[in-house]
Amino acid sequence: MVPSMSLILTNRVGQPESYTLQVFEKTGGYQSVKKLFSLQPNQVIDEVKNSGLRGRGGAGFSAGLKWSFVPQDTGKPVYLCVNADESEPGTFKDRLLLEDDPHQLIEGIIIACYAIRSHTAYIYIRGEFDLPCQRIRSAVAEAYAKGYLGKNIFKSGYDLDVTIHRGAGAYICGEETALLESLEGKKGQPRIKPPFPAVVGLFGSPTVINNVETLSALPFIINHGAAAYRRFGTEKSPGTKLFSVSGHVNKPGVLEKPLGYPLKDLIEKDCGGVLGGKRLKAVVPGGSSVPVLNAQDVETVKLDYESLMQHGSMLGSGGVIVLHEGVDMLWALRNLSRFYAHESCGQCTPCREGSGWVDKILVRFLREGGTSADIELLKDISNNMMGKTICVLADALAMPVLSYLKKFPEDFAAHFRGKTAQAQMHVL
Amino acid sequence: MTMEFSPENKKKLAEILSRYPTKQAALLPTLWLAQGEFGFISQETMEYVAGLLDISPAHVYGVVTFYTMFHRKPPGKYNLQVCRTLSCALRGSESLLDHLKKKLGIGENETTPDGKFSLCTVECLASCGTAPAMMVNQKYFENLDASKVDEILNGLK
Repeated sequence: MVPSMSLILTNRVGQPESYTLQVFEKTGGYQSVKKLFSLQPNQVIDEVKNSGLRGRGGAGFSAGLKWSFVPQDTGKPVYLCVNADESEPGTFKDRLLLEDDPHQLIEGIIIACYAIRSHTAYIYIRGEFDLPCQRIRSAVAEAYAKGYLGKNIFKSGYDLDVTIHRGAGAYICGEETALLESLEGKKGQPRIKPPFPAVVGLFGSPTVINNVETLSALPFIINHGAAAYRRFGTEKSPGTKLFSVSGHVNKPGVLEKPLGYPLKDLIEKDCGGVLGGKRLKAVVPGGSSVPVLNAQDVETVKLDYESLMQHGSMLGSGGVIVLHEGVDMLWALRNLSRFYAHESCGQCTPCREGSGWVDKILVRFLREGGTSADIELLKDISNNMMGKTICVLADALAMPVLSYLKKFPEDFAAHFRGKTAQAQMHVL
Repeated sequence: MTMEFSPENKKKLAEILSRYPTKQAALLPTLWLAQGEFGFISQETMEYVAGLLDISPAHVYGVVTFYTMFHRKPPGKYNLQVCRTLSCALRGSESLLDHLKKKLGIGENETTPDGKFSLCTVECLASCGTAPAMMVNQKYFENLDASKVDEILNGLK
């Protein structure tokens, strides 16, 4: 039975002590584990493949397919790494899941590990997440005490250990191979792929890295089946997604919506509209790294992988940042260029130098005014960052730069030299 | 003075080491233990940790300086870390930072002469829906404005 009104991920959010084992079990928690052990691991993979669940960390790759790449004949252990390094600006959904429903994540971890035949999972959680870390730590301890984790889980013969590994402040560690490096006790610098982590990952062993939200959807899929999951969302983007809404809305927060939900409704109906009754200017729909949308795009775009792609952007992490008419897009872009310049790991020249130069040019543009040659230079640098580095951090700055320039040229023109009177418009 | 973990932290370290197939993988958790016990990560601490994990002090130095949360000098008793990234900036983090600078009489990356407060900015804390936000040591304070910040500062003894 699928509860008709409730959604998938956030049913316990906001309930008193929702993070405790007691409340979790009372509300159907760990039910899927019993069913799980009656299935073969390959059946679990097939069910998740059929559900169409796509990775919710940002890339949107089929979760079941990712699992199926793990070779089972290497003689090495298989690892699951849980990506709880949520750091993409505008994104705060995993924090909610960790704080309010950590056992749902653990249940998902058990399912994923069983499917890929792993007996060791590491939860890599960002260093700043103190409360979320306490919550997941207590939940793991409770799960061990009750026999959901450890040796011979519910006499199934299946063993699983979960270790929490705390990061120490570095956006790049959310990139899956940087996460592996960091877990191994190194600087979080991404690895060249191939080999992909599924084959050569943590400690040289086959490894799957899944996002908190992806794993949290698994108990529902095992309990109710792939078809029930597909009742939410669209044909190509099935299921629900968490959207973190921030910036200029009256009621910011995390909302769970079926994929395909109109962005305009999310802002107007669910988040109480634009702050101060002002006009909408722009929306960053999927975390700061994705191309920006203008007000016209927002009229028609739907929150799924395909519709956002058609509008020249991406679903990403589902971090929706709303900007009203008072925002100077040059100022907003410079805020992001500072972020990426700060967070570049320094490994690849186009990213390390490119992000620094973009930031410097934008600062000069803001303070002293710019020229049309600066615009060309920004485009040139961005084009030399895109696709030229080991990971996509360079692209994550280049895409905003190119899209802000394309969609809001007037905000840059307002800062051309000789128009310095208007250069103050970045005041909100 | 020879640096050494407390008996309690030695036990914790042994438990940490049992969770990983290599000693090096225990580096971040061990540095957290060290920062917890010694307050910051000095060069001596880096050498001590390197010895514990059979890795080079140079490697430890590289790691300590890569991540933002390891302090190489002692911060103030209360380390005020104001989020400066877009969602917080849209909701007034810049004026919040200015307010703190004036109130404390210090700039970014400075500590008050009495050692009580340090002030710095940090990148996105995943507190965007409750912006603007700051972290004081490990604790989040959210939905801030100048008067709330004053209240928080008054509560920090």
